[in-house]
Parts: sequence; structure tokens; C-alpha cells
Amino acid sequence: MSERVAVRKTYKLYIGGKFPRSESGRSYLVQDANVSLASRKDARDAVVAARAAVKGWAGATAYNRGQILYRVAEMLEGRREQFVALGATADEVDAAIDRWVWYAGWSDKLAQVYGGANPVAGPYFNLSAPEPTGVVAVVAPERPALLGLVSVIAPAIVSGNTVVVAASPAEPLAAITLAEVLATSDLPGGVVNVLTGRIGETAPTLAAHMDVNAVDLTGVADAELAAELEVKAAENLKRVLRPAPADHDWFADPGVTRMTALLETKTVWHPKGV
Amino acid sequence: MRRLPAMTATATSARSDLSELGRSETALRTFLHGLPGVDQVGAEQRAAQLGTRSIKTTAKAQAIDLAIRMVDLTTLEGADTPGKVRALAAKALRPDPADPSCPHVGAVCVYPAMVPYVAEVLRGSAVHLASVATAFPSGQAPLEVKLADTRAAVAAGADEIDMVINRGAFLAGRYQEVYDEIVATKEACGDAHLKVILETGELATYDNVRRASWLAMLAGGDFIKTSTGKVPVAATPPVTLVMLEAVRDFRAATGRQVGVKPAGGIRTTKDAIKYLVMVNETVGPDWLDPDWFRFGASSLLNDLLMQRTKLTTGVYAGPDYFTLD
Repeated sequence: MSERVAVRKTYKLYIGGKFPRSESGRSYLVQDANVSLASRKDARDAVVAARAAVKGWAGATAYNRGQILYRVAEMLEGRREQFVALGATADEVDAAIDRWVWYAGWSDKLAQVYGGANPVAGPYFNLSAPEPTGVVAVVAPERPALLGLVSVIAPAIVSGNTVVVAASPAEPLAAITLAEVLATSDLPGGVVNVLTGRIGETAPTLAAHMDVNAVDLTGVADAELAAELEVKAAENLKRVLRPAPADHDWFADPGVTRMTALLETKTVWHPKGV
Repeated sequence: MRRLPAMTATATSARSDLSELGRSETALRTFLHGLPGVDQVGAEQRAAQLGTRSIKTTAKAQAIDLAIRMVDLTTLEGADTPGKVRALAAKALRPDPADPSCPHVGAVCVYPAMVPYVAEVLRGSAVHLASVATAFPSGQAPLEVKLADTRAAVAAGADEIDMVINRGAFLAGRYQEVYDEIVATKEACGDAHLKVILETGELATYDNVRRASWLAMLAGGDFIKTSTGKVPVAATPPVTLVMLEAVRDFRAATGRQVGVKPAGGIRTTKDAIKYLVMVNETVGPDWLDPDWFRFGASSLLNDLLMQRTKLTTGVYAGPDYFTLD
């Protein structure tokens, strides 16, 4: 009997619910594993997939979105050991799972807390309701790879946005493993798309893309690049979330600002009956 | 004697009596069934191979502009209104209002009832006005009705007519009937160009596509068109390849050049460029012109415009910035 040879995994991108290699065919080595090096075209394909998913995801009921996000947390729980083996601390994995559950709980409460009836001087009902912004391009924080990623993805998708996220270039394995969790959690394909590779390559394409509605620059450490991305985003007035400070504590209570920053308020006037 | 390739042999022997074929059902059948069979695997493989070419930068920019000029901007919905087709015609004239260097499309293609409204907008421009006719899309109507349909469309201002062949008759082997209908429609067209829709999705085999192509050309069609866009299977690269080979062989046999129009299912710039590569490689640059090759499409135009904008601005464009119809 010859000795068994282990089957090694290639960490591919996650676009539109599938795991394609980079269109460019490139990859780079991380922790002895091959990881796809995403190109501008991969970024474009990811935006197309994210845009296609908006209608179904934003149109799903808040209850349904919440159930799917809880399911993601359940699946994460089952993969605790795997994330630890990839280098995350047990505390970080626990915090990431708890955070996912916390955001999942918000899905059917956002509209209650941030929408409502407005008092107006006339015979009208005046109602405001928060709606998702659309396609959000996110640069995930470099570290902690898993908790940071969860902390930027969950608040964006809970309200019905879809995201294209550029994962931490130094620690992309957790991001692709999270994508495997998402792919097996009833989350519709295209709601979350994960690109691995150089931020300097994918982020400018995403920031300039006319079909992206908001950019979250949380993980952009280079101030010059951040400024360039903001300029590109201004072209079609994308909503911009500024980079997080270097000493940001990802374990602290995240607050609601990440969710509310990616909402649009729709207000309707309705004549009152007699 | 040296054996000529089958196609050339057929074409050469056919040259003298091609015009006589329409006079008898037997002669037509003998000729059409004498055409060499299509190698299905070969055609599909060739079409797939031609789809792998990489067209970039300046070549891509040229291809996109050419493809825009080749678009038959189409709306064939029961819900078409005068307002909608007027808007479409305006878009045909200036597809990208933000960029004056963007060429106009080849034609606007509508139902006969909508022709007068489009004609108002297109008057004096180089954009053609195509109208489907002959009881589109099924073609299941008496001949008099089909001819009246055609005459009405021409009278209303259409200078191109997209007719459908009688697939029922074709599949039943009544080639003479199909031939006579095309001849009659061509006559009803007068000066208008006649495009003959084969509806290849209903013809079942490539052999039938080749036969229908020859039949349409023999009967006097100026263009052969793949599909109505109303059945599940529309234009595919192998079908278009078979039709391109047919027009090439027909010109070799008769000296008359016939155009080709794939229609339905072509939605992206990438697809369109694959077709252009196929045209260039199969029939040559003579056909790389809106007079000889068209795309029947509606959503394709927006994708071409977005790609064009990407090339000129360097930034990926979004559908929010282009009109829906």
C-alpha cells in the first residue's frame, strides 16, 4: 500500500454563489495554500453578480433575511475548529459568531426603530421606511481577519444590500472559509461576493464602478489610497464609509452606525380618510 | 478526375440551373436534399473555437462601434405603444446622447402597426426602418393576409421587411409552397429589402438550417435571419456559422451577396464580438458591414454602450445611466 497523499485545497474567489478561479489565472501563496489573486475583471464580474442579487435579497421579507443570517451563525458554529486551525483565536471566532447573531436579530427591527410615522401639519399619514442602498463595495480590515470581515459584511446585508468584499490580503483563508459557510446557508448567490488579492488592484475598480452605490473603506490602511478611492467614489456620488482608525477595537460593541449608514429613507405621504 | 470538395461541386453544377429550381417541387427537393450534410460536431466545435479569440483595446473599440452600427434595435411586444417606439427610434439615432462620436444603429425593428410612428422620427436619417410582417411570429395565416401585412408595412414607410417562413410547410417537405411564399412576399416588398426569418429553433437540425437558407436565397431573400426571438432557442453560434457558410457558397455559385442576421439571445458585447469574429473568419470582411450583417437585439445595445463608455472613460459603467428601452 502506498501512503495516502492529502488532497490540498485551492482557495478560490466567491462570486455569484460560485467559487471560480480568478479570470486572470493568477494566484498567490498564503500559509502554504494557493489563493486566487483577483483582477479588475473579477471585481467587475462580482459587481454584476451583486447587482443581479439585489432584487431578490432586498425584496425578501425581513423575517426571511433574519432566518438566513441566523442559519449562517449556526453553520459558523459548526466550523469553529476550522477557523481556529486557520489562525483565528477561539475568542475571535466566538465573537464573530455572536456578532453575526446580533446583526441577524436586527433584520426585522431596523424598520421599527429607524422608520415610523412622522407628525405632519395636514390630513396625511406620513411614513418613513428605511431601504437598502444597493450594491456596497467593502474593503475588509486586515486584522482580525474573521471578526473584521463579519463586522463589515453582516451590517451591510442585514438590511438588504448586497456586497462585494475585498478580503484581507494577508489572511484571506478565513474569508474564503466564511464564503463556504455562506454558500451552504441558504444565502442567495451574489448577496456576498468575496475577492482575494491586492487591495490596490481591486478597490479602485470597485470605487470607480458606476453600478456600485456605496463603498466602505474600513480596511484601507494607506491614507493616500483611501483619498484616491474617495475621489473615484465621488464621480457618481457613492456613499462612502471612511477607513477605521488603526487602533479600532473590533471586539467592542459595534453599535448601529454601520447598518444605518447603508440605508436610504423612503418617505411616503398618504391622504387620511374621514 | 480530381475530386472537388463536395460543396463546390454542388455549387458549380448548380450554377446553370439555379434559377430554374423554383419551377418544380421535385427539382427543389432534389437540389436541397443534394446539399452536403452539416457535420454537427464539426460546426459546433468550429463555432466554439472561434468564440475563444481575445479582442482587446483598439480592435475592441472598433468592433463595438461596428456592432452598434449593425444593431437592429427591436421591440416586438404586444404592449408596444407609439410613445415607446418613438423613444426607441430616438435612441436609435443617438444611442449615447452623452457622446456625439457614438454611431447610430443599423435599423429599428417594430410591428407593422408601429411603423408610422417610427417613420416620423427616422425621416431624413440613415437609420433603416424594419418591420416584421407575414403574420409574425408564427406565419400561420393565409397568404393573402401575409401579403397585405407586408404591403401595409411598406406603405407605412418600412424599407426593410422581416418575414417568417412557413415552418410547417418546410418541415412537411412542401418546399415549393415556402419558395412561392417568399417570392410573393419579395414582390410585395417592392423596393424594400426582404429579410427571411428561418426560425432555426424550430428547424431541429443543421441540415434543415442549410436547406432553409438556400431555399430563402434561391427565392430572392436579401437577408437570412435566424429567429423571431419568440421561441426558446434563438440565434446560436453554430446555426449562424451554417448560415454564413450558406451565403458564402451562394455568392460563389450565383454572384449574388446575401446578408445574415442572427437575432434573439445576443445580449452581451462579448457575444456580439464572437459573432463578428465568426463573420470575418467564415465569409470575410465583405460581410463586416451593416448592409450585410445585423444583430436583432434590444438589450445588446445597452451593453455595447456600457463597454464603449468603459473604453472611453476607463470606468465600468452601470445600467442606471442608460435608457431602458
